[in-house]
Amino acid sequence: MNHPVPGQPVQVPVLALGDVLLVSLQGELHDGMAEQLQQDITSRISTSRVTGVVIDISGVDIVDSFLGRVLAEIASTARLLAARTVLAGMRPAVAITLVELGLTLPGLITALDVDRAMEVLSQGGS
Amino acid sequence: MPEQDAAESAPQVVSSFLERRREQVAQRWADALLFRSVFTLSRDEAVEACKAVVDALSEVAVSGRLEDIDAPGFGTVREQLGRMAATRARAGSTPSQIADEVAGLRVPAMDLLRDEFTDPTSAQAQESVLALTVLLGTLRLVVMETALDANSELIERQRQQLLEVATPVIKLWESTVAVPLIGTLDSARSQVVMESLLEAIVDQRARYAILDITGVPTVDSLVAQHLMKTVAAARLMGAECIVSGIRPAIAQTIVQLGIDLGSVVTRASLADALAYALGRQGIEMTRSDTGASAR
Repeated sequence: MNHPVPGQPVQVPVLALGDVLLVSLQGELHDGMAEQLQQDITSRISTSRVTGVVIDISGVDIVDSFLGRVLAEIASTARLLAARTVLAGMRPAVAITLVELGLTLPGLITALDVDRAMEVLSQGGS
Repeated sequence: MPEQDAAESAPQVVSSFLERRREQVAQRWADALLFRSVFTLSRDEAVEACKAVVDALSEVAVSGRLEDIDAPGFGTVREQLGRMAATRARAGSTPSQIADEVAGLRVPAMDLLRDEFTDPTSAQAQESVLALTVLLGTLRLVVMETALDANSELIERQRQQLLEVATPVIKLWESTVAVPLIGTLDSARSQVVMESLLEAIVDQRARYAILDITGVPTVDSLVAQHLMKTVAAARLMGAECIVSGIRPAIAQTIVQLGIDLGSVVTRASLADALAYALGRQGIEMTRSDTGASAR
């Protein structure tokens, strides 16, 4: 499960929109990809003027404890570098599963979709 | 053992009797209350249905499984009589009434069987009558079981309907939705509430979701846990949840049970919750002077 499948991208693209980084996760996130993603985001925040990170998980069917931990780690790392992380586009079924598992992802800011996430970041504060 | 020999032959006697007198038994049964009340339109139909039941009973008698409600012959009976019993039950008959009506089939069949024997007091006659009694007793059981099955199906369906009906998600304002919870909140219902609320959050692009528990009679730790789960799930979807409609008695119960709702925004009434949601969105409402005179 945690090995890259041939034919699948091994890297998650990180897009820059102004001073916001946009990451769109699709399908499963493997160990290697997660590590690469964390490094990418961290270096991008430190080298350019990034104030916010939006992680879009609308294309993710399953969020397990592993992905939950990765997301929390990205958020903590970004916070250390003075950037806020917003998790966007979680599906209802995924939210229900996470709550049933007791993974309520405290400390992560959430938004309905990428649009709303950008709104949250532009408002600042809270 | 002579007794066992007699018991073995009695079902055969009953079976051949049913086959021979199929027509007469069916005619008599068609006049019985059970068939008469279901087949109100056509007596021929009733006779046909009776014949099917007689054939099935004969089949069971041949197999010798008089007391076995799972005997293959009862399959047809289940279909026939079960449907009739269900019809009667829907018409308002109690189970015992239906049972009595099925029991009413015994006497006509019994009379015909007694006429078969020249000496009604002979051992074989007694055994045969007993066998037919047992067979019809089992028939009664089969009908009752089928009727109860139909009832429990009905209850299950209504329970499902209740689940769907009792949890509407209402759009109160631009990007504000509310769920008025009514009745006891068990695991199944809270699951439905959670699902429909999350769907509504996506559809309405809601930022605020109000859970109104005015109609929830009691709040125990389980109900509180369900509420917390719903709040957490809504938060994961990027919506803020407000729990409203907390009656004084319920507030006291929550405190006495030591349930921590500290992470949840709570308000006394739905109006307060709406005011909070609007306030957070920067929407202000003022009374206009022209409003009253315009009417």
